Amino acid sequence: MEAIQSFLNMGGYAAFVWPAYGATALVLAGLSAMSVVRMRANERALAELRGADDEEDA
Amino acid sequence: MHRFANPTRFVRLAGRVQPWAAALALLCLGAGLYFALFSSPPDYQQGETVRIMYVHVPAAWMAMFCYVVMAAASASSLIWRHRVADLAAKATAPVGAAFTLLALVTGSLWGKPMWGTWWVWDARLTSVLILFFLYLGYIALQNAFDDPARGARAAAILAVVGVINVPIIKFSVDWWNTLHQPASLTRLDGPAIHSSMLTPLLLMALGYTALYVWLAIIRMRAELAETKIRAIRYRQASGTAPAPQES
Repeated sequence: MEAIQSFLNMGGYAAFVWPAYGATALVLAGLSAMSVVRMRANERALAELRGADDEEDA
Repeated sequence: MHRFANPTRFVRLAGRVQPWAAALALLCLGAGLYFALFSSPPDYQQGETVRIMYVHVPAAWMAMFCYVVMAAASASSLIWRHRVADLAAKATAPVGAAFTLLALVTGSLWGKPMWGTWWVWDARLTSVLILFFLYLGYIALQNAFDDPARGARAAAILAVVGVINVPIIKFSVDWWNTLHQPASLTRLDGPAIHSSMLTPLLLMALGYTALYVWLAIIRMRAELAETKIRAIRYRQASGTAPAPQES
C-alpha cells in the first residue's frame, strides 16, 4: 500500500509527472480513435457508393 | 520511391505494414512505459520529474521528424505530382501537430518544477511554438480553397518553405542562450546518458515512430477513400461521361 502511495506521489512531483503522461495518453489515443473512425466511415461510404454506381451502370 | 507513387501499389503495401506497425507500437510503448515509470532510477538532480523526459523528448523528436517527412512529401508532390506523396503529407500534418503540442505541454510541465516557470520566450521554446503554428497553417491552407488541388499546392509550398525552422530548432540550444539543455544523445563524444535512462527513452521513441507509421497509413487510407468518393460524386453529377477509372 505504501509502495503504491509513494509511486503515485512521484517524490512530490505528482502534479507534474502524471499530467504529462495523461496528456500524452489522451492526445495519442484521441488522435488514433478519430483516425480509425474516419477511415472506417470513408471506406464504408465508398463501398456503398460503388455498389450503387454498379447498379446504375447495369 | 517512384514505384510507390501508384495508389494501388500503396494500398497493397500499406495493408501488409499496418498490423506490424500497430504491434510494434503497442510492444514498444508498453515496454517503454514499464521502464520509464518502474525500472528506471530518479535523477540525482531532478528527482522523479526526469520521468517526464520519456514522453517529452520522443514527442519533440517526432515533431521535427514528422515535419521533415511532410516537407519531403510535399516537395515530391510539387515536383513529380505523386498522388501518394500528397496523401502522405496530408496524413502526417495532424500527427506532427499532435506530437508538437505534446512536446510543448509536457515541456511546460517539466519546466515549472525544474526552471520555476511554465514558459519562457527563448529560442528553443519559441521555435517549437512556430513549428506548431506551421502545422496549423498547413492544415488551414489545405481547406482554404474550393478546389482541393489548389489547397494542396498552397499547403505544400508552405511546408517546403517552413522546413528552414527544423535546423533552427535543432541548433537553437547551441546558437543562443536558453534555459533548455543542449542535446544529450546526438553528441560527438557519444550519448551523455546512462543506459538505465537511455533504454526507456529509445523504446518510447521507437514506439512513437511505429505509432506514426500506423497513423499515417490509417489517415492515408481515409484520404484515398475520400478522393475516390469525390471522383464518383463528380462523375454522377456531371452526367454519363466516365471519369478516368481510379484503381
